[in-house]
Amino acid sequence: MVEKEIKKAKEPFHFHTRLNLSELTGLKAFNLEGLLECLKKVPESSIYHHTHRFLQQHQYLSPEPPNDFAYWVTNSIGEKALGENLSSIDTVQFNSIDELRQVIISTVESCLKSDPAAKARSTDNNNAFCFMKSISFILPTGRSAGDLEEFVHILKNISIDSIYFHIFESRLRIGKKTNDFSYWIENSLENKKLADSISRLDPYTYTLDDLRGTIIEKVSKYI
Amino acid sequence: MPTLENYIPIVGQAVIDDLRRISEKLKGRVIQNINSTAVGGGVAEILIRMVPLLKELGVDARWDVIKGGAQFFEVTKKFHNALHGKAEDIKPQDFGVFMETSQKNIDELDTYGDIVYIHDPQPITLVNKRRDNKWIWRCHVDISSPNNEVWKFLKTFIVKYDAAVFSAPSFSQELPNRQFLISPSIDPLSDKNRELSQDEIGAVLEKYGIVNDKPIITQISRFDRLKDPLGVISAYQKAKRYADCQLILAGGAAQDDPEGMDVLEEVRKKCEGDPDVHVLLLPQDDIAVNALQRASTIIVQKSLKEGFGLTVAEALWKAKPVVASNIGGIPLQVTHKYSGLLCRSIDGAAFAIKQLLNSPKYAKKLGENGREHIKNNFLITRHVMDYMLLFLALYHTEDTIYL
Repeated sequence: MVEKEIKKAKEPFHFHTRLNLSELTGLKAFNLEGLLECLKKVPESSIYHHTHRFLQQHQYLSPEPPNDFAYWVTNSIGEKALGENLSSIDTVQFNSIDELRQVIISTVESCLKSDPAAKARSTDNNNAFCFMKSISFILPTGRSAGDLEEFVHILKNISIDSIYFHIFESRLRIGKKTNDFSYWIENSLENKKLADSISRLDPYTYTLDDLRGTIIEKVSKYI
Repeated sequence: MPTLENYIPIVGQAVIDDLRRISEKLKGRVIQNINSTAVGGGVAEILIRMVPLLKELGVDARWDVIKGGAQFFEVTKKFHNALHGKAEDIKPQDFGVFMETSQKNIDELDTYGDIVYIHDPQPITLVNKRRDNKWIWRCHVDISSPNNEVWKFLKTFIVKYDAAVFSAPSFSQELPNRQFLISPSIDPLSDKNRELSQDEIGAVLEKYGIVNDKPIITQISRFDRLKDPLGVISAYQKAKRYADCQLILAGGAAQDDPEGMDVLEEVRKKCEGDPDVHVLLLPQDDIAVNALQRASTIIVQKSLKEGFGLTVAEALWKAKPVVASNIGGIPLQVTHKYSGLLCRSIDGAAFAIKQLLNSPKYAKKLGENGREHIKNNFLITRHVMDYMLLFLALYHTEDTIYL
């Protein structure tokens, strides 16, 4: 029996991981106008925090809407329609945090325009929206893959934080147009079909463990 | 004492590998923790486990305790209550008592750390000794609506720190310092949280004269008005009209909490004559606490104010259904109707207890979800990581740090 030859990559894939610390900005919003004002001035790391925190905190439970703004508007302000609009923002289509910020701002602004009564709704200090930001620490894991077989083997055991970094953070926060896995598979292994099938995933609708499993399944077909 | 290897079956190898990688970056720095008591209370409990784990990772973590007499701790207890927003009669001489003991500690305690990590208000003035080292103030108290006089006084010291750390977002204040959010944690391998055999649980129940013949509702807390033990008794009494049950109120006393005995007396008086209420003043006995939690049908934490409420995490880790107040750090641990029931009043607590007693399958599901949430977010391994990242963050100003 002839063993199937595994294609070697031009460059190995180096797995990194990302660890996160939450910093409080001290900014609080008690109503939608306050929220809007802060949305316009907080750093990008704050927008990133509030649109991605859910993904990591509830990674094993359910694919929550990855959006603190939607949760707060619904549960603390009682604006269910706006909450639904905010939670259905299609984060995966944006290539930068600033684009995402603008869409969140315009969604809140249209609500305030169309429903003036929304301005009057507010909440107390206990339920105020506290703006935070994510401080990311990025470091190499010391593990690298030279072909798809090694890649899948590492993917099965690497921390969920590493997968998170290569799929979400490097694309949106560091400003790459695609996720790191697809970029490597297309450029170093010249397998555009597999690269595209991974980049077509909407990672926001999976739990991180399900996402790991889905990527492994896709890559395994090529081993 | 468990080692890092012992945590691998619970949190996975990758988490421990990350801890080791990050700890490398702190080599050569001395982290000095300072608080006010070596035993009793949540802070000491965390440090007892945190310091050895950091040491095992090769981080030079140390722990010192300030000195203080009864008068000093009476004042700091008043400050503690006032920061929680409770009405307290703060007299001008209280600040004098506080500063007198503080000055003695400033004179006697060596603040040798590269990073000095001060826990809670008692040792806060030590920052007056700061030189070119880094200082962090770790606030374990719910200061979302503090007494203004005490807050203004403490703020004069807080602003001298490099950073402040809070347990819940709503505790953050307008400060010129950087502020971080770090939730406390529980240790799944400590005597308070490790698995126990039925024999071990049975022995504790027998020791305290508890017969497990009807559902057990339990609140484990110091006898402190802010934990509202009298409210718990009222809620139990209301629920008991419809579902027969028994109540355990169990807690110890900490060296820095002088009013505990008065509260204990009030509690005993309120439940006089009811053989189904067990009021237990426990010595420091973590296995007893563990066993009581595991023997319980429902765990209650009906605090009026709460720094974080680690007893909630402990209960959820044991997959127990929880009824807890919607305050402080508790909503971070309990999502209402998903991993427990939140309440805002005695009636709300009574209704939730009744609901859980009558719907055991629902109660079981809440407990299971809660355990998973604690596993992912509130175990000591996550806490150790947050501390190390905090120490590193002091040396960086950017939001994305490449190590």
